[in-house]
Amino acid sequence: MKMDMSQYLDIFLEESKEHLGNLNQKLLDLEKNAGDMAALNEIFRAAHTLKGMSSTMGFEDLADLTHHMEDVLVDFKEGTLQVDTISIDAIFKCFDRIQTIIEQIETGGNGEIDNSDLINILQSIKSGIIDKQGKGMVVSGDGNEMEESTENDEPDFQFSDYDLTILQEANSRNLKVLNLRAEVAPDSLMKSVRAFMVFKAIEEDSEIIKSNPGAQELEEGKFDNYFDLLIISKTDSQSLIKRLESISEIKVQSLTEIEVENLTVAGGEDEVAAVSEADNMVGSKKVSKIKQTVRVDIDRLDNLMNLVGELVMHKGRLEQIGATEKLTELNETIEQIDRISGDLQSVVMKVRMVPIEQVFNRFPRMVRDLSKDLNKEIDFLIEGKDTELDRTVIDEIGDPLIHLLRNAIDHGIELPAERVKFRKPTRGTLMLRARHEGNNVYIEVEDDGAGIDPERIKQKAVDKGLIGTREAEGLSREEAIELLFIPGFSTAEQVTDISGRGVGLDVVKNKIEALNGEINVDSKLGKGTKFKIKLPLTLAIIQALMISVRDEIYAIPLSSVDETTIITEADIKMIQNQEVIMLRGNVLPLYRLAVLLEVPTEATSDDMYVVVVRRADKQIGLVVESLIGQQEIVIKSLGKLLAGVPGIAGAIVAGDGNVRLILDIATLF
Amino acid sequence: MEKALVTDNEQPVFENEEFQVVAFKLGQEEYAVEILHVQDINRLLNITRIPRSDRHIEGVINLRGNIIPIVNLHTKFNLQASGNEEDKRIIVFQVDELKVGILVDEVSEVLKIERDAVEPTSKVYDSIETEHIKGIAKFEGRLMILLDLLKIFE
Repeated sequence: MKMDMSQYLDIFLEESKEHLGNLNQKLLDLEKNAGDMAALNEIFRAAHTLKGMSSTMGFEDLADLTHHMEDVLVDFKEGTLQVDTISIDAIFKCFDRIQTIIEQIETGGNGEIDNSDLINILQSIKSGIIDKQGKGMVVSGDGNEMEESTENDEPDFQFSDYDLTILQEANSRNLKVLNLRAEVAPDSLMKSVRAFMVFKAIEEDSEIIKSNPGAQELEEGKFDNYFDLLIISKTDSQSLIKRLESISEIKVQSLTEIEVENLTVAGGEDEVAAVSEADNMVGSKKVSKIKQTVRVDIDRLDNLMNLVGELVMHKGRLEQIGATEKLTELNETIEQIDRISGDLQSVVMKVRMVPIEQVFNRFPRMVRDLSKDLNKEIDFLIEGKDTELDRTVIDEIGDPLIHLLRNAIDHGIELPAERVKFRKPTRGTLMLRARHEGNNVYIEVEDDGAGIDPERIKQKAVDKGLIGTREAEGLSREEAIELLFIPGFSTAEQVTDISGRGVGLDVVKNKIEALNGEINVDSKLGKGTKFKIKLPLTLAIIQALMISVRDEIYAIPLSSVDETTIITEADIKMIQNQEVIMLRGNVLPLYRLAVLLEVPTEATSDDMYVVVVRRADKQIGLVVESLIGQQEIVIKSLGKLLAGVPGIAGAIVAGDGNVRLILDIATLF
Repeated sequence: MEKALVTDNEQPVFENEEFQVVAFKLGQEEYAVEILHVQDINRLLNITRIPRSDRHIEGVINLRGNIIPIVNLHTKFNLQASGNEEDKRIIVFQVDELKVGILVDEVSEVLKIERDAVEPTSKVYDSIETEHIKGIAKFEGRLMILLDLLKIFE
């Protein structure tokens, strides 16, 4: 039977990538601490799910590879195989291959790749032990394999204070606390349905306190062939077993009573076997934290956002009517709508927020590989990976960060021998921090490496003909470091394949600025370098100043407006053919917006307002005819056909239904 | 179904005997586009000018919350505008991911055209480059230029 799986392909790809990210992360943990059972369990779980998913989708090569990988993992888990560098490297290689396969599938391939090289490696790692132990493990299917590895495991429930209180309460009421392990037939096609029936049967007269795996995993059928439940019941075990066994494909493996007095909160002393394993899990909250989530296509969210945008727009229209009609009842209703649409807007915004973890998670692996290649010793620390950013920003920020991290590893942090000479610890430290402040998110990449030498930068810039010798002499330390961001600049003495491929920091800067962000660098020679990126929380809704020139209305993002002021024609002076005004003792160059935008109609009023805007570090004044006011606007793209029109960042639909353009200060003049 | 129409302008291949087109006027000439691509026909809405954009970009409109760019084919094909102001319309197309509107002087009607009645273009026309045309459609003595939208908006 061949089913059409194409509709599940997107979900498959998305989930595979998620699992892969998780696998990489946990394997790094395991590499650091070979005894980290929680990490190993997590790896095992993710690999197993990946295997199941890929064979369901018909990607046999992928399934086969993960299957062999799982074989090795089982041996790790059982302790029959030592976790060492060779095997970890092999498994990392498998992850890379899986990534390749997934990428190939994503670009329309069939996922068929010859993995025999890796499988041979995996088998030889595994056979090393088969010979020693004299026992081979025949793996014929999911069920057997799982049974072998987990049959005698104690269920690893983790109890919170709250759970314990409930259990103690139950105990005091003479209710039984039971631990059930139910087994689903390995060939069952509807594992989730069977699990559901078990739940139903138990809930007739008892209560389920906890399940392992979590309720959601059970619902989605994401579990092996057994699951554990913690039940409070007044029924005797025998009748409960009888009731459960009447469900087809379900077998009760064990049903034991638990002594509540012996239980402790997870993380405490491991007094009870049942808790001891949970103890290992403290590090990975994900295993126990059950959160209900829904996977939504980003297009639908965009659609929702558009609709909310339209609602806000029509609310604006209603407000105008309310202002002219002066009806109390109408105005009261408008106020309500205002409040609700405001809430709706912030909820929709929140829905689009994703933790930056998604991007950060792929870095530890990259740092590990790079530092190994370059023979550098680096501690990589990540802070604030829960920081949330709009999905659109998240998608764009990965590449610039990779660039900065690579730079820090390649050019920043010195070789161990060199570090010793400078009396630094041999291990370099690379920090990646994210934090949320006001309407912005700050991301910092900091290393304790060699730092940037302003003199060398100047010299390089002169050599490359980017600036003149005299110009270079006049530059301050900060200005010299800023030269790094000039196109065509790369200081690496040696071109390595890590960085210095002609793609410089200017690309990073462009990307960040395209996201309405800023990037700064601070460096102390011999101490280290710190790149600081400031990003807006979202790109979809911004505060803007609405202005008009002649009969046209434009929006200027408030983030680039410093101030506004009113002037007369007499205030304008000419310096070297450039119109300027004096603003508090400073010379401010002026640009007439009507001229910049080639507005065809004639001026209708003599009023002149100056909007002082900032581009990079320079201020200029834009001459407009009137200031309409500050407004929250929902940015819409102008689409493919109009992409790249200089000076225009996007469009909005105004309260009157007309389209207004948003000025892009960076490309306006 | 008529993917071939869009991608192959040398030899249009129509799988069905008849297909529907929207016929409209640009200047004195009559044009047609496949109805499958037409999303909306509208009176002239307020068009917002886009400064510094290409000459043939008329501006953008708000069509039910969507921002749609409007292309002026008169300037693109060097045609004179004609007809009454109140007859002018905006035809909004969707070709693949691209949504775009064109300004036309008058929308004539929706016609059913037989596939045999479309002649591939080999002749050179003054105003329009051959690559923008899928063929010349004949209908009861009228000649209509069948436009290849994808090529025009490339």
